[in-house]
Amino acid sequence: MARTAVSRRLGDRLRWRVAEVTERRAESATAVTLVLEVPEWPGHLAGQHVDIRLTAEDGYSTQRSYSIASAPDGTRLELTVQRVVEGEVSPYLVDELMPGDQLELRGPVGGWFVWQPEQEEPVLLVAGGSGLVPLMCMIRSRRAAGSRVPFRVLYSLRSPAELLYGPEIRQGTPGVDLTHIYTREAPQQSARPPGRITPDDLARHGWPPDFAPTCYVCGPTAFVEKAAAYLVLLGHDPERVRTERFGGGED
Amino acid sequence: MAIISRGFHGRRPPAGRKLPPGQYETTGFPVLSAGPTPWISTDKWELSVTTETGRRHSWDWAALTKLPSETPTVDLHCVTKWSKFGTRWQGVSLDVLLADVETAAEYVLVSSYGGYTTNLPLEDLLDGKAWIAYGYDGRPLAPEHGGPARLLVPHLYLWKSAKWVHGLELREKDIPGFWESAGYHNYGDPWQEQRYRGD
Ligand SMILES: Cc1cc2nc3c(=O)[nH]c(=O)nc-3n(C[C@H](O)[C@H](O)[C@H](O)COP(=O)(O)OP(=O)(O)OC[C@H]3O[C@@H](n4cnc5c(N)ncnc54)[C@H](O)[C@@H]3O)c2cc1C
Repeated sequence: MARTAVSRRLGDRLRWRVAEVTERRAESATAVTLVLEVPEWPGHLAGQHVDIRLTAEDGYSTQRSYSIASAPDGTRLELTVQRVVEGEVSPYLVDELMPGDQLELRGPVGGWFVWQPEQEEPVLLVAGGSGLVPLMCMIRSRRAAGSRVPFRVLYSLRSPAELLYGPEIRQGTPGVDLTHIYTREAPQQSARPPGRITPDDLARHGWPPDFAPTCYVCGPTAFVEKAAAYLVLLGHDPERVRTERFGGGED
Repeated sequence: MAIISRGFHGRRPPAGRKLPPGQYETTGFPVLSAGPTPWISTDKWELSVTTETGRRHSWDWAALTKLPSETPTVDLHCVTKWSKFGTRWQGVSLDVLLADVETAAEYVLVSSYGGYTTNLPLEDLLDGKAWIAYGYDGRPLAPEHGGPARLLVPHLYLWKSAKWVHGLELREKDIPGFWESAGYHNYGDPWQEQRYRGD
């Protein structure tokens, strides 16, 4: 398995940079994609995230992490933020931040939860809610690099209204098989009744462990805990199950 | 030069300093350690940073004390329930020490003279959150408090602020240190009362 390190001088990835919002796109009823222009962006790998810092007029400031959604593209960066009800930061990013506004950002951060086009083994992506964001970055990077490595994606979401990247996902990508798992409300035509992800879902729509896929699991903490434990239970080598926990509770 | 986020107010904590849950305030400076106090002369002292690829960076005493230092005033929270407000230190920010280190690692295993170890996410050492401290209250740091130099990570329980610090090993994967293997919490956030494994 390719495990190329993503070394970077810490001084660079630590530096706070000023990014400008150039565009915003509604992604679902509760999520928005922010397109940022980041001068001197050093580039990133699929799966990495950035830290965002907001500062109020009186100097109070707070930070959150957001995964990078877009494949590397010069100084342009896309983040997709899902509104967390009663949250301190995400409602501001989703509802208030407009083109022309500036943000402080640093990164890219993360060297383990990454997929690189040199990897040759099959890939399983397991997303819960906004956990799709870094995995979408992997799908987009695969496409950008012309990789033919087979991907399977299990995407768990509450209801069709929360589907991220609808048009792009419906269009599909050759070699990327996508299964939706609706936890609360499934569309009419869906055969699977709504419910949380089970080992059976992972066995049926994932890869057999002896294909030795690298599995990337991302979403709210509780979702990641469960899905990763199921994969190990099904016989996947824990070394090949990489996780990114977004915090928060169920779903 | 912070960028002000138009219309952002945030949800700040109430004014005035607060004790984390389960802590009491002390004005003394209790000493707790896992073994006898090692005495390390500054002629022999060395700090090293080793990356996941085996690349080693090191500083002797003269090199460390030549680096730009800061004088943070911070609150300390010990897992044994005492907290001490407004302690004054002198030391070098880890941002300075690590600025030229090339790494993709996300974890650090810290080791001390005397054999003590503790683990942290690398992020918790960066961005002005941690120092290699060699001065306390205007004087050189006393051996019983970790002198000649200790790690200072005030936002975590004090067992993470390894005394007699000697080496930082950057790792792709986390492994528990001394107390963490003995049942203490892997992370140790005082505000979440993460004292023991499972808290
Ligand atoms: C490495 C990393 C990458 C991330 N990438 C993304 C991303 O691409 N898109 C994205 O939308 N978010 C992402 N997150 C989550 C994000 O950092 C914030 O935690 C999230 O936006 C909530 O922040 P908030 O200030 O609105 O809520 P807070 O004020 O921090 O929390 C309010 C309440 O919501 C709960 N909560 C916090 N986070 C979540 C969550 N993720 N899901 C459900 N409940 C939660 C908290 O427990 C709390 O009760 C990522 C997190 C990490 C660690």
